[in-house]
Amino acid sequence: MEDLSYVRTDMLPERDPPASEVGVIGWLRMNLFSGWFNSILTVIALAFIYLVLAAIIPWLWSPTWGAGSLSACREIIAELGKEHGGACYGVITERWQQLLFGFYPEELRWRPILTFIGLFVALAPVLFNETFPGKMLWFTGAFLFLAPWLMWGGPIWTPLLVAAGPALGFVAYRYLVSVIGNLASVIVAVLIPVLFWLFLVGPLSQAIDGVVPLGIEVVESRLFGGFMLSVWIGVVAIAISLVLGVILALGRQSDLLIVKYLSVGFIEFIRGVPLITLLFVASTLLNIFMPPGTNFDIILRVMIMATLFASAYIAEVIRGGLAALPRGQYEAADALGLDYWKAQRLIILPQALKISIPGIVSTFIGLFKDTTLVSIIGLLDPIGLTGSIRADANWNGIVWELYGFIALLFFISCFSMSRYSMWLEKKLRTDHR
Amino acid sequence: MTTATDPEGGTFRPSMLIYDSRYRSATIQIVALIGFLLLIGWLVSNTVQNLADLGKSVGFGFLTEPAGYDINQRLLDYDSRDSHARASLMGLLNTLLVAVLGCIMATIVGVIVGVLRLSNNWLVARIMTVYVEMFRNVPVLLWIVFSMAILIETLPAPSAFRGDEPSASMLLGDSVALTNRGVYVPEPLFGRMDEEGHPLTWRQGLGDIHLFGEAWFRFDVSLELVVFLSTLIAGILVSRLIGQRADRIQNSTGVRPKTFWLRAAVIVVPSVIVLWLMGFYLGKPALRGFNFDGGTHLRNSFIALWLALSLYTAAFIAEIVRGGILAISKGQTEAAAALGIRPRRIMSLVILPQAMRVIIPPLISQYLNLTKNSSLAIAVGYMDLTGTLMGITLNQTGRELEAVMMTMLIYLAISLAISGAMNVYNNRVKLKER
Repeated sequence: MEDLSYVRTDMLPERDPPASEVGVIGWLRMNLFSGWFNSILTVIALAFIYLVLAAIIPWLWSPTWGAGSLSACREIIAELGKEHGGACYGVITERWQQLLFGFYPEELRWRPILTFIGLFVALAPVLFNETFPGKMLWFTGAFLFLAPWLMWGGPIWTPLLVAAGPALGFVAYRYLVSVIGNLASVIVAVLIPVLFWLFLVGPLSQAIDGVVPLGIEVVESRLFGGFMLSVWIGVVAIAISLVLGVILALGRQSDLLIVKYLSVGFIEFIRGVPLITLLFVASTLLNIFMPPGTNFDIILRVMIMATLFASAYIAEVIRGGLAALPRGQYEAADALGLDYWKAQRLIILPQALKISIPGIVSTFIGLFKDTTLVSIIGLLDPIGLTGSIRADANWNGIVWELYGFIALLFFISCFSMSRYSMWLEKKLRTDHR
Repeated sequence: MTTATDPEGGTFRPSMLIYDSRYRSATIQIVALIGFLLLIGWLVSNTVQNLADLGKSVGFGFLTEPAGYDINQRLLDYDSRDSHARASLMGLLNTLLVAVLGCIMATIVGVIVGVLRLSNNWLVARIMTVYVEMFRNVPVLLWIVFSMAILIETLPAPSAFRGDEPSASMLLGDSVALTNRGVYVPEPLFGRMDEEGHPLTWRQGLGDIHLFGEAWFRFDVSLELVVFLSTLIAGILVSRLIGQRADRIQNSTGVRPKTFWLRAAVIVVPSVIVLWLMGFYLGKPALRGFNFDGGTHLRNSFIALWLALSLYTAAFIAEIVRGGILAISKGQTEAAAALGIRPRRIMSLVILPQAMRVIIPPLISQYLNLTKNSSLAIAVGYMDLTGTLMGITLNQTGRELEAVMMTMLIYLAISLAISGAMNVYNNRVKLKER
């Protein structure tokens, strides 16, 4: 090795990477100008952003919050000397409460607000089950009965009696199970609350209310409107459809042919028709299907159809959850000698429901957006209200501000829900790819 | 799954219907069936009772009565003396039109956005994310009424095109007019005529064939279209034959003959010749009086619905496409690169065929959603099935039950047809395992 003329004996010191590879410049080169094609794309994108912002920002920046009518807005804008006009926020200042609550009586609006807050408290232990104590589930259970009472009002006895139904059923089950056997007492335990709700709750609550009048003012559902109506229809439909959806999903997965085909038929029918046709059923047909003399009001009918609609979709989500469980779980439950219902209740459903939560949240987002369809059959959800606001002579001709406000409300709620759903999906995905 | 180990023999007792697993499932099913039939019977008897109280009968005779209302956009000939059945058919065709065009546009936009979201270009990827989130998180109905408002409020009125110095002008060499009453585009016509209806050239169109006489499902077949389409299809078939021949030569000699121009010419040249022979020309819209005349009038309601539905659905499709591409593991790309395949070919030969398998099923369910959402046409006054059969026909005849049920069944049939097609496709591309 002596013929080598030069051998380095010491290590060179590390040098900094070139300035074009790190820091802001490096990032720009990597992400925006990595080739001629990318550079062209970047320039086009920048031009696009500039055009959009140049059109929107001057329009958005418009001090018209105090204006009382569209013409007042135009005067303010004309005084400022803006060429392309500007937004007229006066309509939001004046009508935001209506857009949120519809015609719900102003002095009673604390009730939907309280319900809304309660909704979050009730959902917290379900959605963030690691952060919040499981004991809060008791509140969730109570909230199921409290929320409709807060929204519609009436004597306090009604929700209490309604809540008493399942309790009665449970007591009956406890006493009967040793006398007439498990299956028969389960049937009785289901029948008792249903019959109790159908025939006894109304008269009983009136009777007690006659003796001890304790309640809050009744609010008719035709006064419901605005964003509150969308949320309320969505929440009620999803809450009830969870129960129906579990039943339908189990039915679809079941070995019993007739039960299976009834479930499949229902699910595929509902999923195959547009929601608007179901809403037309609610507005024109549902009262024809009911016994003569029944007269549900339109919001109740819409809720019924929305619940049926949601339950088909929820059933498919839960079926996905059931199918995603490893087969070993089913076999292990069988090996332990659990019967069908015990296996479902103790082993299968807790796991299947847990992995279905992201899907349920997506279904809720979809349903929540779809509640705007009720404006087509004449209910005053936010989109329906834009019509009645424009009918006001002061605001005749206003378009963008209202749609923008509604879109913003929907965007904020749907976007945050979908972020939650993604977060949960990530948490539930235990395989690391 | 369950293994029954009940003892054989013994006498049959009624309680065994519940406690013996040999009979239990039959019992449950029969009870469920009886319950279901009772429910149906209850609903039917209520309905009959209520309809009798209202003095209504159930029947479909109303479908043959004259509709008496006009439909502003129709694909076949129709006037207000036609029957309700034909009016509904017009509505159905309008539904299918907006659904098919919407699916095409949504796919194109969705694929582009989905691929661009994965772009290396940070800015482009962010813009696409904003687009997707903006459209996904706002109700489609709001987008539909919003696009309608944009068309009506921002486009110039036809009068703006008039005068010596018009404030608006037509696009693409005076052939497309964007107005707040709709968009006017050139219309394909055959055999140019002069003012008095005399042919100007010897090249003439072939006319229409009238099918099914006066029935409600009558329609005209344009012979020009038939001839043109058959030429086009024949061209495509010949071009495919050329391609197969090139494959054979490549397989036997290893050299692929250059066939691109030949194949293109085989498709294009005969079609152009046929069009020329039939005297094809574009009838341009022109301003006459207060409105545009001639050309094809695309109404605002149609455009708003089409744009809103396709852009909304495209946001979902973009996510599906992105998910599909991300689902293919990086190893596939690397393996293909290791085999020496060029990057563009890796995409078309390795990644896309696999990604398609992930993409297609949710894509079809998006098509299904788009078709169902097209029923929101009623919000902007587009006369689709909801607007005709479940809208005006229902209101005029008072036949809620029949009209709503028929509408539901038609939508159901469309949905089942689409999902049937999806199942066929799924079974074809399914990985053949085990």
